[in-house]
Amino acid sequence: MSNTNKTSKARMIDKKILEEHNLTEEEYEKIIQLIGREPNITELGIFSLMWSEHCSYKSSKVHLKKLPTQGKNVIQGPGENAGIIDIGDGLAAVFKIESHNHPSFIEPYQGAATGIGGILRDIFTMGARPIALMDSLRFGHLSKPRNKAVMEGVVSGISGYGNSMGIPTVGGDIYFNDCYSLNPLVNVFALGIVEKNKIFYAKAEGTGNPVLYVGSKTGRDGIHGATMASAEFGQDLEQKRPNVQVGDPFMEKLLLEACMEVMAKDIIVGIQDMGAAGLTCSTTEMAAKSGSGIEINLDLVPQREEGMTPYEMMLSESQERMLIVAKKEKVKEVQEIFSKWDLDAVIIGHVTKGGNLKVKFEGKTVVDLPVDAVINLCPVYERESNIPSYLQSAVQMESIPLPENYSQTLFKLLSSPTLAEKEWVYRQYDHMVQVNTALLPGADASLLRIKNKKKSLVITLDGNSLYTYLDPRTGGKIAVAEACRNLACVGARPIGVTNCLNFGNPEKPEIMWQFQEVIEGIAQACKTFNIPVTGGNVSFYNDTEGVSIYPTPVLGVVGIVDDMSNAVSPGFKEEGNSVILIGKNKEELGASEYLKCIFNMEKGLPPQIDLKEEKRIQEFCLEANSLGLIESAHDVSEGGLAICLAECSFLSNQKIGFNLDLQDEIRSDALLFGETQSRIVVTSKNQNFQKILDLAKKMRVKAAVLGKTGGDRLIISLRNKKIINIPVDEAYLAWKQAIPYIFQIK
Amino acid sequence: MAKLKYGVVIFPGSNCDYDTFYVLKDVLKQKTTLLWHKEHDMKNVDCIVLPGGFSYGDYLRSGIIAKFSPLMQEVREFASKGGLVLGICNGFQVLLELGLLPGAMLRNKNLKFLCQFVHIKIENDKTSFTHKGKKGQVLKIPIAHYDGNYFSPPDAIKEIKKNNQIVFRYSDANGQLSEESNVNGSVENIAGLINKAGNVMGMMPHPERASEALLGSEDGRYIFESITNSIES
Repeated sequence: MSNTNKTSKARMIDKKILEEHNLTEEEYEKIIQLIGREPNITELGIFSLMWSEHCSYKSSKVHLKKLPTQGKNVIQGPGENAGIIDIGDGLAAVFKIESHNHPSFIEPYQGAATGIGGILRDIFTMGARPIALMDSLRFGHLSKPRNKAVMEGVVSGISGYGNSMGIPTVGGDIYFNDCYSLNPLVNVFALGIVEKNKIFYAKAEGTGNPVLYVGSKTGRDGIHGATMASAEFGQDLEQKRPNVQVGDPFMEKLLLEACMEVMAKDIIVGIQDMGAAGLTCSTTEMAAKSGSGIEINLDLVPQREEGMTPYEMMLSESQERMLIVAKKEKVKEVQEIFSKWDLDAVIIGHVTKGGNLKVKFEGKTVVDLPVDAVINLCPVYERESNIPSYLQSAVQMESIPLPENYSQTLFKLLSSPTLAEKEWVYRQYDHMVQVNTALLPGADASLLRIKNKKKSLVITLDGNSLYTYLDPRTGGKIAVAEACRNLACVGARPIGVTNCLNFGNPEKPEIMWQFQEVIEGIAQACKTFNIPVTGGNVSFYNDTEGVSIYPTPVLGVVGIVDDMSNAVSPGFKEEGNSVILIGKNKEELGASEYLKCIFNMEKGLPPQIDLKEEKRIQEFCLEANSLGLIESAHDVSEGGLAICLAECSFLSNQKIGFNLDLQDEIRSDALLFGETQSRIVVTSKNQNFQKILDLAKKMRVKAAVLGKTGGDRLIISLRNKKIINIPVDEAYLAWKQAIPYIFQIK
Repeated sequence: MAKLKYGVVIFPGSNCDYDTFYVLKDVLKQKTTLLWHKEHDMKNVDCIVLPGGFSYGDYLRSGIIAKFSPLMQEVREFASKGGLVLGICNGFQVLLELGLLPGAMLRNKNLKFLCQFVHIKIENDKTSFTHKGKKGQVLKIPIAHYDGNYFSPPDAIKEIKKNNQIVFRYSDANGQLSEESNVNGSVENIAGLINKAGNVMGMMPHPERASEALLGSEDGRYIFESITNSIES
């Protein structure tokens, strides 16, 4: 090796260089031991990328094993670009969620845009045509101009990329909390559909098969993106800007169409996208998965800038690039298809025996590393964990007074950004392209028909970080439970889960404790509901200037409705229907939006959840749905029963009001605004409500008729005394105008 | 039965090509074919549809580069001979760039991309694209665009009005024109426009997204059924 000076006792790589590469002394020792010499700087760069938290999962691996990943319909679990579940009829659903948090803070538009680009490549790399996107976004409070600017940039970035690609962004969720002011979260989810026998993997098989580089040229953008995403931010944020990649959705659209065309024929062996960690990641992963080696020549790599070094080319995260291993005799055919789409497909190397990545540059070998060491032998850490000190005081709630005016309280909650209508956001997203969107954004979950099939897919995202902050395990359970409940409301059974786990610095014991607890909660819930986790993403180091975000798991759940004509939406359908609450009201106010919004208090224990009871509620909802007994269904979540009911009215076409009476003898604020789990509000036609009550009894769930839909007012009485009585129109405006109004103020 | 055949053009960056193809072929059961922009073969179609999307990424100006696609020579000729051409969204923008329709598109008045159902009022029901509907009838059809704020100078608008070239206007559900219902800020609330000869129409709303009840509206069918009917008769 030319760059390695074996005679010198002094290390080539000093402490400073190691720090710049986010590698510890111990890790460096291990590298030397694995390759039998010191790495040169390019090789060090490769290790630094592939051994980064982002790529290696070195702090999370031991805990992620607790998640259930098996199931009879699982075609592909964790470890590939995306998870795959058999949905019958010879088709499979391919889905995945990823974070793009760090880049989105540094450069909101491009950070979010390239997040979309990355997750879409994950889906179509496997042979699936992406059919939907969703985003889970977390921002600091909008009273701060910076947070508004970040949100505006992120939403435009998602819109700019997703719309141009022609993939509908059909849903997602948005929460606001000051813990995200210096660390917004942008989690992007994509779903695709593939024929079961046309799935592609990141394989590099067949010695001598050509390795093709397709898509955009390589530039210096995004160098060290993956390592950036694995470190805390300090004051030097502005200097990190060049680390963010720039997206070109048009290029990606061409790539998508060309790849689909190539994959429809039997002409390639394997394909991998160059996402985080670019050429390094794609070459080493493809070789490692096939037990082979790869040799490439960097002089052949299409370059956008002059004078790039091997280090820069191997570490570049330029977007919209793919690596393909073609069948040797079919390579011309592959190139012709790319050329039809005006894309280059350049042979830059070939598959070799022996398991090494060999990289040549200007006639010299600049990298020669065993891929096994790079991919599989990264140290794994079981980091110290400790219960956080904040918890003891945070779960104690001071006594709070009952509201004086319940209608006013309801108005205030309806216009708080977390609960308010998000139309300002989703109308910037093309949510209808591909003509499959049967439930528009705003419903509990998104319903996507599958053309020429009876069944349809339903997807949702969920994750309340205030719950996980105050009780990580319960928060983890609720995230899964609520997502599944959202599906049940539409009439869908869950078939698979993907999760994005956003946490602070895992080297801090209290963060590690939060992580373990959340995983435990998610695992328990997934086991109860019998749904496999097919992959996802861990994003650690969401800390800026030493402040960590609340632990934020985001769960993406995919479900199936067997007969699309049974699907139900949340809005009331007609006047005079019975409004029925399924589930029990309990006196639980902790961690609620009500406390946060009215008392500025983020305290108390979140609502507790009995997973078995939750399962019964969901099964009841599905059964009542399949019997055709319910007209609408909406789950009770943030903001409690009052918000849920108001939304049912707002989401009805004619803005139908209601007149209801609550009989429970618990604190009235908890009854109206508490977030007790395992509750669903359904409506039924008069001839069906008794059948619902009978079915509820049979299935051992509580069901209570609250009153009827109708009129143009929202009226709630407490034991026959009216405590809320407001016109639907006014409440609707408060809910609808809240976010647009915030963005009007400059 | 007549020989009617639709041809949907694929430009690089088109993304409503397959939606339109699906609706014409599978929902409306019409003979439909896809046309690749680099070809010169019109495959004997009776109606050309330029679909929505982001041709060439729309980086420079919406629709401007698609104008130079090889197939556009044939489309011009086809149009000049009276062949029916429908441009939807990006397709409308391409027709403006080709000069087959007058005017230009500006960015939406709120400077944001807009995807939502809108109401449009039929202003001219005597065209090959609208005769299945009635003048004054309101259709519920979605829009999805960044640059849909139609503009023509006052003189040109006078001419357009004189020739009855305004086919659709943004309105409310009752057919009332207002600033609020004119979501993108178009001059005269213009949502759809036809050429003087009456064989080339552009519209910003997406009729292919409103041709099935499960998607919330079937009003888009009026347009496709009008076209089918005019060719068949």
